[in-house]
Amino acid sequence: MSENRLTNILVPVFAVILGIIAGAIVMIISGYDPIAGYSALLYGAFGDRYYIGETIRQVTPYILAGLAVAFAFRTGLFNIGVEGQLIVGWLAAVWVGVAFELPKVIHLPLAIIAAAVAGALWGFIPGFLKARFRVHEVIVTIMMNYIALYVSNAVIRSVLSDQGFKSEKIHPSASLRSEFLQSLTDYSTLHYGIIISLIAAVVMWFLLEKTTTGYELRAVGFNQHASHYAGMNVNRNIILAMVISGAFAGIAGAMEGLGTFENVSVKAGFTGVGFDGIAVALLGGNNAFGIILAAVLFGALKVGALEMPSAADVPTELVDIVIALIIFFVASSYLIRLVLTRFKKEGK
Amino acid sequence: MEYVIEMLNIRKVFGNFVANDNITLQLKKGEIHALLGENGAGKSTLMNVLFGLYQPDGGEIRVKGKKVNIANPNVANDLGIGMVHQHFMLVDTFTVTENIILGSEPTKGGQIDIEKAEKEVRELSERYGLAVDPKAKIADISVGMQQRVEILKTLYRGADILIFDEPTAVLTPQEIQELIQIMKALVREGKSIILITHKLKEIMEVCDRVTVIRRGKGIGTLNVSETNPNELASLMVGREVHFKTEKQPPKVGKPVLEIENLVVKDARGITAVDHLNLTVHAGEIVGIAGVDGNGQTELIEAITGLIKSESGSIRLNGKEIRNLTPRQITETGVGHIPQDRHKHGLVLDFPIGENMVLQTYYKEPYSKRGILNFKAIYDKARQLIREFDVRTPDEYTKARALSGGNQQKAIIGREVDRDPDLLIAAQPTRGLDVGAIEFIHKRLIEQRDKGKAVLLVSFELDEIMNVSDRIAVIYEGKIVAIVDPKETTEQELGLLMAGSKRKEAGVSS
Repeated sequence: MSENRLTNILVPVFAVILGIIAGAIVMIISGYDPIAGYSALLYGAFGDRYYIGETIRQVTPYILAGLAVAFAFRTGLFNIGVEGQLIVGWLAAVWVGVAFELPKVIHLPLAIIAAAVAGALWGFIPGFLKARFRVHEVIVTIMMNYIALYVSNAVIRSVLSDQGFKSEKIHPSASLRSEFLQSLTDYSTLHYGIIISLIAAVVMWFLLEKTTTGYELRAVGFNQHASHYAGMNVNRNIILAMVISGAFAGIAGAMEGLGTFENVSVKAGFTGVGFDGIAVALLGGNNAFGIILAAVLFGALKVGALEMPSAADVPTELVDIVIALIIFFVASSYLIRLVLTRFKKEGK
Repeated sequence: MEYVIEMLNIRKVFGNFVANDNITLQLKKGEIHALLGENGAGKSTLMNVLFGLYQPDGGEIRVKGKKVNIANPNVANDLGIGMVHQHFMLVDTFTVTENIILGSEPTKGGQIDIEKAEKEVRELSERYGLAVDPKAKIADISVGMQQRVEILKTLYRGADILIFDEPTAVLTPQEIQELIQIMKALVREGKSIILITHKLKEIMEVCDRVTVIRRGKGIGTLNVSETNPNELASLMVGREVHFKTEKQPPKVGKPVLEIENLVVKDARGITAVDHLNLTVHAGEIVGIAGVDGNGQTELIEAITGLIKSESGSIRLNGKEIRNLTPRQITETGVGHIPQDRHKHGLVLDFPIGENMVLQTYYKEPYSKRGILNFKAIYDKARQLIREFDVRTPDEYTKARALSGGNQQKAIIGREVDRDPDLLIAAQPTRGLDVGAIEFIHKRLIEQRDKGKAVLLVSFELDEIMNVSDRIAVIYEGKIVAIVDPKETTEQELGLLMAGSKRKEAGVSS
């Protein structure tokens, strides 16, 4: 048992190391200095208080997006629609933040709840279609991403602004920004969202592992037939899983809308956070704690990469390649597992 | 002494597990040789070594006296060794001939010479009395016929030595008899056969010699004419085994399950259960005998609420339960040992402990206000594992890691523990060895003696005859006869199952 668990931890670690090595090779081939490149990356992510603040800020939506993907996955569903659920969550949060003037204790929770509800609704639709008509959730969620993107843009133009490209700034009473956290991190954009995302991770763990609802969701995820036999309502659980998953994604959108940007603007394309959430969930083994670690890695890569062009002349595209390589090695974890077990055998 | 195959002191090790420990098997020309052992005894491993799928870690293989190295199945084919797999490897949408020639197609000018192939297949089929239509599509022929196609496949490739892997597991009693005739015809023509099985009756009926293996070790080779089923069973299991399950006459009480005019359609919308009537009383075991596909599955799924029925009535202790949800039906007092334990019975990726509360997790003490109480769950699991002799490293082990027999014991433990008034057991011993079968039969009879109603569905006539107090024969979705197991024979049951009307007196329904 414990040996198994060790392998489960070692596999993603090895995947990351292999990804970094492969990234170094790519850098050498393209004529860049990998040591300078990775030093710049590391400095850009953790080098001083400001960078640490920025990294944590970037980690926040990654945790929530990863939780959203993982929650659906644990119930046997592929929620590719985290991106769309995040966008509608962002929109809803900012709308509440702009439209109302309330005391902070009411306004901020209300905005976050609005985001969760919007994301949940966006998750409900594919869940319902899957449960009722057996329409595959992957197709529906992909389409829902586009609907979310363009509906959000239309609403921003015609409702939240006067044919402009972004909404007004939200009222301070709905903001997650914190002067205290900013002063702590040399005026980065760090906000209270990280606390919410950590709470969300605990909520996901508790819900799945400790409650009867989680027991049902996991049972349905593993074996729908046995769950039906055992008297569980399979369709209800499918919808519920997508709704909860969507709510997590919606809150991820609220982090951007109420914390990082404090507004919402017309987007030319997807934010990418929702799709990165798939990789975060995969690397984190669909487990709440693993997702936090994976999100830290992704956040650090994303933020640290900004430093690479100026400090080491390495283009940011290369960082995307490294991230892709890491995902590649995680996805081919079977190979790493094979090498690890052979290694162990020979060590005996 | 002339042996066509000699496997001498074969040893095969997987990690720390010794699957074959110096096993010797010698096959004479023209004999039917049984390889007998419980599930997991190492029969399949040994045959996979012979067929070139595994390489032995020790010992040697001789074919017709010559030492050989069977590196892969192609080598086995070249040596004239053919295997009739338990799970058929056929392409459903191809014809019989197309399946047989697959991989060694005769060609004429770059095109497959299908006519020549068909002629050859027809000749082979006639020679061994297989009666296979070379032009039929696999999807359109019965399971028994598909098996003959598998046999033809090995013959077409020139096999002299045929390995049959549990060939009767999927056949009806009549088909089994036909297969036995085919096997006898094959040895008359000079073929040699190794029959992998754990069914003693078949060995006694068809085999010349038998090699018994137990937990990876060779126990010995006997002449079938000099042994008996009891001896074979105790050699196989390693202790005394009782075939005739001991039981007292039933104390039949009030009706528990009453089914009237039940109509159920299958997934394709075809009527599978057709105005069926059946009553099961407290304190009796009613066995449903029938050929697979005559509505048994639909009947059980309708009773347990897994599928909806069209019309009729299902009453449990007088209460109408037709088309209630599975949970409502479970709570009314129905226990169900499902036919497919992997599909319905267990969440294989859950620990065995969590599987023990699959229907009761939402009740106290297993949970309170939506929060699971793992101490109560695992206490219950430990109790059931002890009581039902589930062999598992611990209660946290995933159900997937357990053997079939132990998975089944876990399911039976869970179902019986809920103390249902009606226990439905669908093929409860399928794929299990004699030790586990004996255990499960005892538990079913124990429930009966506690005054519960038991409905048993099985394709094994032995089991039906042995365990039931009444036998209901199902044919095309109807109960066509109800017979007393003490007053019937397998032949009579076989005929009734095939749809012929009962002529003798004594029909009671």
